[in-house]
Amino acid sequence: MSNIPAHLHYTKDHEWIELQSDGSAVVGITEYAQEALGDLVFIELPEVGATLSAGDEFAVVESVKAASEVYAPIGGDVLEVNDDLPDNPSAINESPYDEGWIIKMTVADKKELEAATMSAEEYASYIEKLN
Amino acid sequence: MSGGLKTTPFHAFHTARGAKMAPFAGYDMPIHYADGILKEHEWVRTRAGLFDVSHMGPCFIEGADAAAALAKLTPSTYTKAAIGRAKYTVLTNAEGGIIDDLIVTKLAEDKFLLVLNAGRKDVDVAWIQKNLSGDVTFTPPVEGTPLIALQGPYAADALEDTLLQKQTLKTLGYMSGAWYTLFSKKCFITRTGYTGEDGFEVLLPAGDGELAHRVWDLLIQHADIKAIGLGARDSLRLEMGYPLYGHDLDETTSPVEADIKWVVSKKNTGYFGADRIGAELANGISRTRVGIKITDKGIAREGCTLHTRTGEKIGVMTSGGFSPSLRQAIGQGYIAPEHAKDGTEIRVDIRGKKVAAKVHTLPFVRPSTQKQPA
Repeated sequence: MSNIPAHLHYTKDHEWIELQSDGSAVVGITEYAQEALGDLVFIELPEVGATLSAGDEFAVVESVKAASEVYAPIGGDVLEVNDDLPDNPSAINESPYDEGWIIKMTVADKKELEAATMSAEEYASYIEKLN
Repeated sequence: MSGGLKTTPFHAFHTARGAKMAPFAGYDMPIHYADGILKEHEWVRTRAGLFDVSHMGPCFIEGADAAAALAKLTPSTYTKAAIGRAKYTVLTNAEGGIIDDLIVTKLAEDKFLLVLNAGRKDVDVAWIQKNLSGDVTFTPPVEGTPLIALQGPYAADALEDTLLQKQTLKTLGYMSGAWYTLFSKKCFITRTGYTGEDGFEVLLPAGDGELAHRVWDLLIQHADIKAIGLGARDSLRLEMGYPLYGHDLDETTSPVEADIKWVVSKKNTGYFGADRIGAELANGISRTRVGIKITDKGIAREGCTLHTRTGEKIGVMTSGGFSPSLRQAIGQGYIAPEHAKDGTEIRVDIRGKKVAAKVHTLPFVRPSTQKQPA
Protein backbone atom coordinates (compact mmCIF):
# COMPACT_ATOMS: atom_id res chain seq x y z
CA MET A 1 0.00 0.00 0.00
CA SER A 2 1.27 3.41 -0.96
CA ASN A 3 2.20 5.99 1.67
CA ILE A 4 -0.46 8.76 1.63
CA PRO A 5 -0.03 11.30 4.46
CA ALA A 6 -3.41 12.36 5.85
CA HIS A 7 -2.77 16.12 6.05
CA LEU A 8 -2.01 16.69 2.34
CA HIS A 9 -4.22 17.51 -0.63
CA TYR A 10 -3.92 15.35 -3.78
CA THR A 11 -4.59 15.63 -7.51
CA LYS A 12 -5.56 13.08 -10.14
CA ASP A 13 -2.14 13.66 -11.72
CA HIS A 14 -0.51 12.46 -8.47
CA GLU A 15 0.74 15.77 -7.11
CA TRP A 16 0.47 16.51 -3.41
CA ILE A 17 -0.09 19.98 -1.94
CA GLU A 18 0.69 21.01 1.62
CA LEU A 19 -0.87 24.24 2.88
CA GLN A 20 1.54 26.26 5.01
CA SER A 21 0.60 28.42 7.99
CA ASP A 22 1.61 31.53 5.98
CA GLY A 23 -0.99 30.69 3.33
CA SER A 24 1.48 29.42 0.74
CA ALA A 25 1.62 25.82 -0.53
CA VAL A 26 4.38 23.28 -1.10
CA VAL A 27 3.90 20.92 -4.07
CA GLY A 28 5.49 17.58 -4.92
CA ILE A 29 4.61 14.23 -6.44
CA THR A 30 3.23 11.28 -4.51
CA GLU A 31 4.76 8.00 -3.48
CA TYR A 32 2.53 6.31 -6.03
CA ALA A 33 3.87 8.60 -8.79
CA GLN A 34 7.53 8.09 -7.95
CA GLU A 35 7.02 4.33 -7.82
CA ALA A 36 5.32 4.34 -11.19
CA LEU A 37 8.09 6.44 -12.73
CA GLY A 38 11.00 4.48 -11.30
CA ASP A 39 14.52 5.85 -10.76
CA LEU A 40 14.45 9.58 -11.48
CA VAL A 41 17.54 10.96 -13.19
CA PHE A 42 16.64 14.49 -14.29
CA ILE A 43 14.41 17.27 -12.95
CA GLU A 44 13.52 20.49 -14.76
CA LEU A 45 12.34 23.24 -12.40
CA PRO A 46 10.46 26.48 -13.06
CA GLU A 47 11.91 29.97 -12.43
CA VAL A 48 11.22 31.54 -9.08
CA GLY A 49 8.63 34.25 -9.68
CA ALA A 50 6.89 32.43 -12.53
CA THR A 51 3.12 32.82 -12.52
CA LEU A 52 1.20 29.57 -12.87
CA SER A 53 -2.40 28.94 -13.81
CA ALA A 54 -4.14 25.78 -12.70
CA GLY A 55 -3.18 22.98 -15.09
CA ASP A 56 0.10 24.58 -16.25
CA GLU A 57 3.04 22.27 -16.65
CA PHE A 58 5.62 23.67 -14.23
CA ALA A 59 8.24 20.93 -13.89
CA VAL A 60 9.43 17.81 -15.69
CA VAL A 61 10.62 14.72 -13.87
CA GLU A 62 12.44 12.15 -15.94
CA SER A 63 13.24 8.55 -15.18
CA VAL A 64 15.64 6.39 -17.17
CA LYS A 65 12.90 5.47 -19.58
CA ALA A 66 10.39 8.34 -19.70
CA ALA A 67 9.65 12.00 -19.06
CA SER A 68 6.64 13.05 -17.04
CA GLU A 69 5.19 16.55 -16.58
CA VAL A 70 4.17 17.97 -13.24
CA TYR A 71 1.09 20.22 -13.36
CA ALA A 72 0.11 23.15 -11.19
CA PRO A 73 -2.92 22.03 -9.16
CA ILE A 74 -3.97 25.65 -8.65
CA GLY A 75 -2.98 29.13 -9.79
CA GLY A 76 -0.26 31.12 -8.02
CA ASP A 77 3.31 32.40 -8.17
CA VAL A 78 6.41 30.28 -7.64
CA LEU A 79 8.05 31.42 -4.39
CA GLU A 80 10.83 28.85 -4.10
CA VAL A 81 12.13 25.80 -5.95
CA ASN A 82 13.97 22.85 -4.47
CA ASP A 83 17.47 23.59 -5.79
CA ASP A 84 18.84 20.28 -4.53
CA LEU A 85 16.75 18.25 -6.95
CA PRO A 86 18.75 18.81 -10.18
CA ASP A 87 21.83 17.33 -8.50
CA ASN A 88 19.91 14.74 -6.53
CA PRO A 89 16.76 13.69 -8.42
CA SER A 90 16.56 10.46 -6.42
CA ALA A 91 15.42 12.55 -3.41
CA ILE A 92 11.95 12.30 -4.96
CA ASN A 93 12.21 8.50 -5.05
CA GLU A 94 13.53 8.26 -1.52
CA SER A 95 11.49 10.95 0.18
CA PRO A 96 8.64 12.16 -2.04
CA TYR A 97 6.79 14.07 0.73
CA ASP A 98 9.77 15.64 2.41
CA GLU A 99 13.22 16.08 0.81
CA GLY A 100 11.64 15.55 -2.61
CA TRP A 101 9.37 18.62 -2.50
CA ILE A 102 9.44 20.49 -5.83
CA ILE A 103 8.12 24.05 -5.43
CA LYS A 104 6.61 26.43 -2.93
CA MET A 105 3.93 28.70 -4.38
CA THR A 106 1.33 31.27 -3.43
CA VAL A 107 -2.28 30.17 -3.34
CA ALA A 108 -4.33 32.66 -5.35
CA ASP A 109 -7.65 31.16 -4.32
CA LYS A 110 -8.03 28.77 -1.42
CA LYS A 111 -11.46 27.68 -2.62
CA GLU A 112 -9.90 26.63 -5.91
CA LEU A 113 -7.54 24.38 -3.96
CA GLU A 114 -10.41 22.65 -2.17
CA ALA A 115 -12.32 22.20 -5.42
CA ALA A 116 -9.35 20.93 -7.45
CA THR A 117 -7.94 18.38 -5.02
CA MET A 118 -8.81 15.24 -3.10
CA SER A 119 -8.34 14.33 0.53
CA ALA A 120 -5.93 11.53 1.47
CA GLU A 121 -8.86 9.16 1.80
CA GLU A 122 -10.27 10.07 -1.60
CA TYR A 123 -6.84 9.78 -3.20
CA ALA A 124 -6.33 6.33 -1.63
CA SER A 125 -9.52 5.02 -3.20
CA TYR A 126 -8.65 6.80 -6.47
CA ILE A 127 -5.32 4.95 -6.84
CA GLU A 128 -6.94 1.74 -5.66
CA LYS A 129 -9.15 1.94 -8.75
CA LEU A 130 -6.15 2.58 -11.01
CA ASN A 131 -4.45 -0.65 -9.96
CA MET B 1 -4.86 -11.72 -15.35
CA SER B 2 -2.78 -9.93 -17.96
CA GLY B 3 -5.56 -8.33 -19.99
CA GLY B 4 -5.22 -10.34 -23.21
CA LEU B 5 -1.46 -10.12 -23.16
CA LYS B 6 0.66 -13.18 -23.81
CA THR B 7 2.93 -14.42 -21.05
CA THR B 8 6.28 -16.20 -21.07
CA PRO B 9 7.13 -19.40 -19.14
CA PHE B 10 8.78 -17.21 -16.45
CA HIS B 11 5.83 -14.87 -15.90
CA ALA B 12 5.00 -16.20 -12.42
CA PHE B 13 8.57 -15.54 -11.29
CA HIS B 14 8.39 -11.89 -12.40
CA THR B 15 5.12 -11.16 -10.62
CA ALA B 16 6.22 -13.06 -7.47
CA ARG B 17 9.34 -10.90 -7.33
CA GLY B 18 7.30 -7.70 -7.50
CA ALA B 19 8.45 -6.74 -10.97
CA LYS B 20 6.88 -3.67 -12.51
CA MET B 21 5.13 -5.27 -15.47
CA ALA B 22 4.13 -3.59 -18.72
CA PRO B 23 2.94 -4.63 -22.16
CA PHE B 24 5.78 -5.09 -24.63
CA ALA B 25 5.12 -6.39 -28.15
CA GLY B 26 1.95 -8.08 -26.94
CA TYR B 27 3.57 -9.70 -23.90
CA ASP B 28 3.25 -8.85 -20.22
CA MET B 29 6.95 -8.30 -19.45
CA PRO B 30 9.04 -7.11 -16.48
CA ILE B 31 10.35 -3.55 -16.90
CA HIS B 32 12.31 -3.73 -13.68
CA TYR B 33 12.33 -5.56 -10.36
CA ALA B 34 12.60 -4.07 -6.85
CA ASP B 35 16.14 -2.69 -7.38
CA GLY B 36 15.13 -0.38 -10.22
CA ILE B 37 16.70 0.23 -13.62
CA LEU B 38 19.85 2.06 -12.45
CA LYS B 39 20.95 -0.72 -10.08
CA GLU B 40 19.99 -3.44 -12.54
CA HIS B 41 22.03 -1.75 -15.26
CA GLU B 42 25.04 -1.50 -12.95
CA TRP B 43 24.65 -5.15 -11.95
CA VAL B 44 24.87 -6.33 -15.56
CA ARG B 45 27.98 -4.19 -16.16
CA THR B 46 29.71 -5.60 -13.06
CA ARG B 47 28.22 -9.08 -12.36
CA ALA B 48 25.67 -11.09 -14.32
CA GLY B 49 22.05 -10.36 -15.21
CA LEU B 50 19.39 -12.91 -16.10
CA PHE B 51 16.87 -11.79 -18.72
CA ASP B 52 13.68 -13.49 -19.79
CA VAL B 53 13.71 -13.07 -23.58
CA SER B 54 11.10 -15.75 -24.28
CA HIS B 55 8.95 -13.16 -26.04
CA MET B 56 11.41 -13.32 -28.95
CA GLY B 57 10.92 -15.78 -31.78
CA PRO B 58 13.38 -18.64 -32.27
CA CYS B 59 12.61 -20.45 -35.52
CA PHE B 60 14.37 -22.73 -37.99
CA ILE B 61 15.10 -22.90 -41.70
CA GLU B 62 16.41 -26.24 -42.92
CA GLY B 63 16.92 -28.23 -46.09
CA ALA B 64 19.45 -28.48 -48.91
CA ASP B 65 18.56 -24.95 -50.11
CA ALA B 66 18.44 -23.34 -46.64
CA ALA B 67 21.64 -21.29 -47.06
CA ALA B 68 20.49 -20.09 -50.49
CA ALA B 69 17.08 -19.14 -49.10
CA LEU B 70 18.70 -17.09 -46.33
CA ALA B 71 20.97 -15.37 -48.84
CA LYS B 72 17.79 -14.21 -50.62
CA LEU B 73 16.09 -13.03 -47.40
CA THR B 74 19.17 -11.27 -45.97
CA PRO B 75 22.23 -9.51 -47.46
CA SER B 76 24.62 -11.92 -45.71
CA THR B 77 26.17 -15.19 -46.89
CA TYR B 78 26.11 -18.52 -45.09
CA THR B 79 27.83 -21.24 -47.10
CA LYS B 80 31.38 -20.49 -45.92
CA ALA B 81 30.47 -19.86 -42.27
CA ALA B 82 31.61 -22.50 -39.76
CA ILE B 83 29.02 -24.67 -38.05
CA GLY B 84 27.97 -22.83 -34.88
CA ARG B 85 28.69 -19.36 -36.26
CA ALA B 86 26.08 -16.71 -35.31
CA LYS B 87 25.60 -13.67 -37.55
CA TYR B 88 23.76 -10.44 -36.89
CA THR B 89 21.86 -9.53 -40.05
CA VAL B 90 18.60 -8.08 -41.36
CA LEU B 91 15.57 -9.27 -43.32
CA THR B 92 15.16 -6.83 -46.19
CA ASN B 93 12.12 -6.04 -48.30
CA ALA B 94 12.12 -5.52 -52.08
CA GLU B 95 12.81 -1.80 -51.54
CA GLY B 96 15.88 -2.51 -49.40
CA GLY B 97 14.16 -1.51 -46.17
CA ILE B 98 14.62 -3.51 -42.99
CA ILE B 99 11.76 -5.87 -42.06
CA ASP B 100 13.58 -7.00 -38.92
CA ASP B 101 17.06 -7.39 -37.47
CA LEU B 102 17.98 -10.80 -36.18
CA ILE B 103 20.68 -13.31 -35.34
CA VAL B 104 21.10 -16.29 -37.65
CA THR B 105 23.11 -19.21 -36.28
CA LYS B 106 24.36 -22.04 -38.45
CA LEU B 107 23.42 -25.31 -36.75
CA ALA B 108 24.45 -27.50 -39.69
CA GLU B 109 25.23 -26.96 -43.38
CA ASP B 110 21.51 -27.34 -44.02
CA LYS B 111 19.97 -26.01 -40.79
CA PHE B 112 19.81 -22.50 -39.30
CA LEU B 113 18.37 -20.96 -36.16
CA LEU B 114 16.83 -17.48 -36.53
CA VAL B 115 15.81 -15.38 -33.53
CA LEU B 116 13.18 -12.78 -34.47
CA ASN B 117 12.12 -9.66 -32.55
CA ALA B 118 8.92 -10.22 -30.55
CA GLY B 119 7.03 -7.37 -32.19
CA ARG B 120 7.95 -8.53 -35.71
CA LYS B 121 7.28 -12.27 -35.49
CA ASP B 122 4.00 -12.24 -37.43
CA VAL B 123 5.31 -9.98 -40.18
CA ASP B 124 8.58 -11.92 -40.45
CA VAL B 125 6.92 -15.33 -40.57
CA ALA B 126 4.52 -14.25 -43.33
CA TRP B 127 7.38 -12.72 -45.33
CA ILE B 128 9.67 -15.75 -44.92
CA GLN B 129 6.92 -18.23 -45.83
CA LYS B 130 5.98 -16.22 -48.90
CA ASN B 131 9.55 -16.07 -50.16
CA LEU B 132 10.91 -19.56 -49.64
CA SER B 133 11.72 -21.72 -52.62
CA GLY B 134 13.49 -25.00 -53.33
CA ASP B 135 14.23 -27.71 -50.78
CA VAL B 136 13.53 -25.70 -47.64
CA THR B 137 11.40 -26.25 -44.55
CA PHE B 138 10.56 -23.33 -42.28
CA THR B 139 9.50 -23.99 -38.68
CA PRO B 140 7.93 -20.81 -37.22
CA PRO B 141 8.48 -19.79 -33.59
CA VAL B 142 6.64 -21.97 -31.08
CA GLU B 143 4.75 -19.78 -28.60
CA GLY B 144 6.08 -20.22 -25.06
CA THR B 145 9.54 -21.51 -26.01
CA PRO B 146 11.80 -20.62 -23.06
CA LEU B 147 14.70 -18.35 -24.07
CA ILE B 148 16.91 -16.68 -21.50
CA ALA B 149 19.95 -14.42 -21.66
CA LEU B 150 22.69 -14.30 -19.05
CA GLN B 151 24.84 -11.20 -19.51
CA GLY B 152 27.75 -9.67 -17.66
CA PRO B 153 31.42 -10.24 -16.78
CA TYR B 154 30.52 -13.09 -14.40
CA ALA B 155 28.09 -14.76 -16.81
CA ALA B 156 30.46 -17.48 -18.05
CA ASP B 157 31.62 -18.53 -14.59
CA ALA B 158 28.12 -18.43 -13.14
CA LEU B 159 26.67 -20.47 -16.00
CA GLU B 160 29.42 -23.09 -15.69
CA ASP B 161 29.03 -23.22 -11.89
CA THR B 162 25.29 -23.67 -11.90
CA LEU B 163 24.26 -25.64 -14.94
CA LEU B 164 27.06 -26.99 -17.05
CA GLN B 165 28.62 -29.60 -14.75
CA LYS B 166 31.92 -30.38 -16.50
CA GLN B 167 31.03 -28.79 -19.84
CA THR B 168 33.08 -25.69 -20.62
CA LEU B 169 32.24 -22.38 -22.25
CA LYS B 170 35.92 -21.63 -22.96
CA THR B 171 35.70 -23.16 -26.42
CA LEU B 172 32.57 -21.16 -27.25
CA GLY B 173 33.68 -17.98 -29.04
CA TYR B 174 31.79 -14.70 -29.24
CA MET B 175 29.02 -14.91 -31.86
CA SER B 176 28.92 -18.69 -31.93
CA GLY B 177 26.74 -21.41 -30.50
CA ALA B 178 26.88 -25.08 -29.49
CA TRP B 179 24.75 -27.80 -27.91
CA TYR B 180 25.03 -28.37 -24.18
CA THR B 181 23.27 -30.80 -21.85
CA LEU B 182 21.24 -29.23 -19.01
CA PHE B 183 19.51 -31.70 -16.68
CA SER B 184 20.15 -34.35 -19.36
CA LYS B 185 18.26 -32.31 -21.99
CA LYS B 186 19.94 -30.89 -25.09
CA CYS B 187 19.90 -27.09 -25.12
CA PHE B 188 21.50 -24.65 -27.55
CA ILE B 189 23.72 -21.95 -26.06
CA THR B 190 25.11 -19.03 -28.04
CA ARG B 191 27.70 -16.51 -26.87
CA THR B 192 25.55 -13.56 -27.93
CA GLY B 193 23.46 -10.81 -26.41
CA TYR B 194 22.43 -7.18 -26.72
CA THR B 195 24.07 -5.58 -23.70
CA GLY B 196 27.71 -5.20 -24.81
CA GLU B 197 28.83 -7.56 -22.05
CA ASP B 198 30.16 -11.05 -22.45
CA GLY B 199 27.11 -13.26 -22.22
CA PHE B 200 24.97 -16.08 -23.42
CA GLU B 201 21.56 -16.88 -24.74
CA VAL B 202 20.14 -20.26 -23.77
CA LEU B 203 17.44 -21.82 -25.92
CA LEU B 204 15.50 -24.46 -24.00
CA PRO B 205 13.21 -27.05 -25.56
CA ALA B 206 9.69 -25.79 -26.33
CA GLY B 207 6.98 -27.09 -24.03
CA ASP B 208 9.29 -28.27 -21.24
CA GLY B 209 8.13 -25.91 -18.50
CA GLU B 210 9.66 -28.03 -15.78
CA LEU B 211 13.14 -27.80 -17.28
CA ALA B 212 12.71 -24.07 -17.83
CA HIS B 213 11.86 -23.50 -14.17
CA ARG B 214 14.70 -25.70 -12.90
CA VAL B 215 17.20 -23.79 -15.06
CA TRP B 216 15.85 -20.37 -14.04
CA ASP B 217 15.68 -21.27 -10.32
CA LEU B 218 19.23 -22.60 -10.25
CA LEU B 219 20.60 -19.53 -12.03
CA ILE B 220 18.72 -17.01 -9.89
CA GLN B 221 20.02 -18.60 -6.67
CA HIS B 222 23.63 -17.90 -7.68
CA ALA B 223 25.12 -15.02 -5.67
CA ASP B 224 26.36 -13.18 -8.79
CA ILE B 225 23.07 -13.40 -10.70
CA LYS B 226 20.04 -11.13 -10.48
CA ALA B 227 16.98 -10.94 -12.69
CA ILE B 228 17.00 -7.86 -14.95
CA GLY B 229 14.05 -6.23 -16.69
CA LEU B 230 13.56 -4.69 -20.10
CA GLY B 231 14.29 -1.17 -18.82
CA ALA B 232 17.94 -1.94 -18.18
CA ARG B 233 18.06 -4.02 -21.35
CA ASP B 234 17.21 -0.80 -23.20
CA SER B 235 19.73 1.42 -21.38
CA LEU B 236 22.44 -1.23 -21.82
CA ARG B 237 21.91 -1.52 -25.58
CA LEU B 238 21.67 2.26 -25.93
CA GLU B 239 25.15 2.69 -24.44
CA MET B 240 26.44 0.23 -27.04
CA GLY B 241 24.71 2.08 -29.86
CA TYR B 242 22.83 -1.04 -30.89
CA PRO B 243 19.70 -0.21 -32.90
CA LEU B 244 16.27 -1.26 -31.65
CA TYR B 245 13.72 -2.33 -34.23
CA GLY B 246 10.63 -0.13 -34.43
CA HIS B 247 12.65 2.81 -33.16
CA ASP B 248 16.06 3.00 -34.85
CA LEU B 249 15.16 0.65 -37.71
CA ASP B 250 11.98 0.30 -39.76
CA GLU B 251 10.78 -0.80 -43.17
CA THR B 252 12.01 2.42 -44.81
CA THR B 253 15.56 2.38 -43.42
CA SER B 254 18.23 0.48 -45.29
CA PRO B 255 21.21 -1.22 -43.62
CA VAL B 256 23.44 1.44 -45.22
CA GLU B 257 21.44 4.29 -43.66
CA ALA B 258 21.35 2.38 -40.37
CA ASP B 259 25.17 2.26 -40.44
CA ILE B 260 25.22 -1.52 -40.28
CA LYS B 261 26.47 -1.93 -43.83
CA TRP B 262 28.87 -4.63 -42.62
CA VAL B 263 25.91 -7.03 -42.69
CA VAL B 264 25.92 -6.64 -46.47
CA SER B 265 28.23 -9.23 -48.05
CA LYS B 266 29.97 -8.19 -51.27
CA LYS B 267 29.46 -11.75 -52.48
CA ASN B 268 25.69 -11.56 -52.12
CA THR B 269 23.90 -9.67 -54.89
CA GLY B 270 20.67 -11.65 -55.03
CA TYR B 271 18.87 -10.57 -51.85
CA PHE B 272 15.71 -8.47 -51.66
CA GLY B 273 16.47 -4.79 -52.11
CA ALA B 274 19.99 -5.36 -53.47
CA ASP B 275 19.41 -2.65 -56.13
CA ARG B 276 18.79 0.14 -53.63
CA ILE B 277 21.42 -1.03 -51.17
CA GLY B 278 24.03 -1.49 -53.92
CA ALA B 279 23.28 2.01 -55.24
CA GLU B 280 23.57 3.49 -51.74
CA LEU B 281 26.91 1.78 -51.20
CA ALA B 282 28.15 3.22 -54.49
CA ASN B 283 26.56 6.70 -54.44
CA GLY B 284 25.91 7.55 -50.80
CA ILE B 285 22.82 8.23 -48.73
CA SER B 286 20.75 11.20 -47.58
CA ARG B 287 20.56 10.23 -43.89
CA THR B 288 22.67 8.13 -41.57
CA ARG B 289 22.26 6.73 -38.06
CA VAL B 290 24.54 8.37 -35.49
CA GLY B 291 25.00 8.53 -31.75
CA ILE B 292 24.03 11.77 -30.00
CA LYS B 293 25.36 12.90 -26.66
CA ILE B 294 23.50 15.70 -24.87
CA THR B 295 26.12 18.11 -23.54
CA ASP B 296 23.72 20.50 -21.80
CA LYS B 297 20.87 19.75 -19.39
CA GLY B 298 18.01 17.56 -20.47
CA ILE B 299 17.17 14.14 -21.77
CA ALA B 300 16.31 13.81 -25.44
CA ARG B 301 13.80 11.12 -26.36
CA GLU B 302 12.58 9.47 -29.54
CA GLY B 303 11.00 12.06 -31.85
CA CYS B 304 13.07 15.08 -30.74
CA THR B 305 14.25 16.95 -33.83
CA LEU B 306 17.94 17.66 -34.52
CA HIS B 307 19.15 21.04 -35.69
CA THR B 308 22.30 22.92 -36.63
CA ARG B 309 23.50 25.55 -34.19
CA THR B 310 21.67 28.11 -36.29
CA GLY B 311 18.39 26.21 -36.13
CA GLU B 312 18.18 24.44 -39.48
CA LYS B 313 16.51 21.03 -39.09
CA ILE B 314 18.91 18.22 -40.01
CA GLY B 315 17.41 15.08 -38.50
CA VAL B 316 15.43 13.33 -35.80
CA MET B 317 16.14 11.21 -32.72
CA THR B 318 14.96 7.60 -32.92
CA SER B 319 15.80 6.61 -29.34
CA GLY B 320 17.18 8.37 -26.34
CA GLY B 321 17.53 8.13 -22.62
CA PHE B 322 19.82 8.35 -19.67
CA SER B 323 23.09 6.42 -19.65
CA PRO B 324 23.57 5.02 -16.13
CA SER B 325 27.27 4.32 -16.84
CA LEU B 326 28.03 7.84 -18.13
CA ARG B 327 25.47 9.65 -15.94
CA GLN B 328 24.51 11.56 -19.06
CA ALA B 329 21.76 11.68 -21.66
CA ILE B 330 22.52 9.81 -24.89
CA GLY B 331 20.62 8.63 -27.90
CA GLN B 332 20.56 7.74 -31.56
CA GLY B 333 19.05 9.42 -34.53
CA TYR B 334 19.19 9.93 -38.25
CA ILE B 335 21.00 12.96 -39.56
CA ALA B 336 22.13 14.34 -42.92
CA PRO B 337 25.58 12.81 -43.62
CA GLU B 338 27.30 16.21 -43.89
CA HIS B 339 26.56 16.73 -40.17
CA ALA B 340 27.43 13.20 -39.07
CA LYS B 341 31.10 13.70 -38.25
CA ASP B 342 32.12 12.73 -34.71
CA GLY B 343 32.06 15.76 -32.42
CA THR B 344 29.85 17.95 -34.63
CA GLU B 345 28.00 20.39 -32.40
CA ILE B 346 24.26 20.29 -32.90
CA ARG B 347 21.07 21.19 -31.07
CA VAL B 348 18.24 18.92 -29.97
CA ASP B 349 14.74 20.24 -29.56
CA ILE B 350 13.51 19.09 -26.15
CA ARG B 351 9.98 20.37 -25.46
CA GLY B 352 10.62 23.46 -27.55
CA LYS B 353 14.05 24.26 -26.11
CA LYS B 354 17.17 23.93 -28.26
CA VAL B 355 19.62 22.00 -26.12
CA ALA B 356 23.33 21.59 -26.97
CA ALA B 357 24.45 18.14 -28.12
CA LYS B 358 27.23 16.47 -30.07
CA VAL B 359 27.32 13.79 -32.69
CA HIS B 360 29.11 10.82 -31.12
CA THR B 361 30.65 7.85 -32.90
CA LEU B 362 29.04 4.66 -31.60
CA PRO B 363 29.42 3.02 -29.15
CA PHE B 364 29.22 5.35 -26.14
CA VAL B 365 30.67 2.69 -23.84
CA ARG B 366 33.28 0.17 -24.98
CA PRO B 367 31.80 -3.31 -25.30
CA SER B 368 33.33 -6.13 -23.25
CA THR B 369 32.24 -8.86 -25.60
CA GLN B 370 34.99 -11.30 -26.49
CA LYS B 371 36.59 -11.84 -29.83
CA GLN B 372 36.48 -15.18 -31.60
CA PRO B 373 39.12 -17.53 -30.20
CA ALA B 374 42.18 -17.59 -32.51
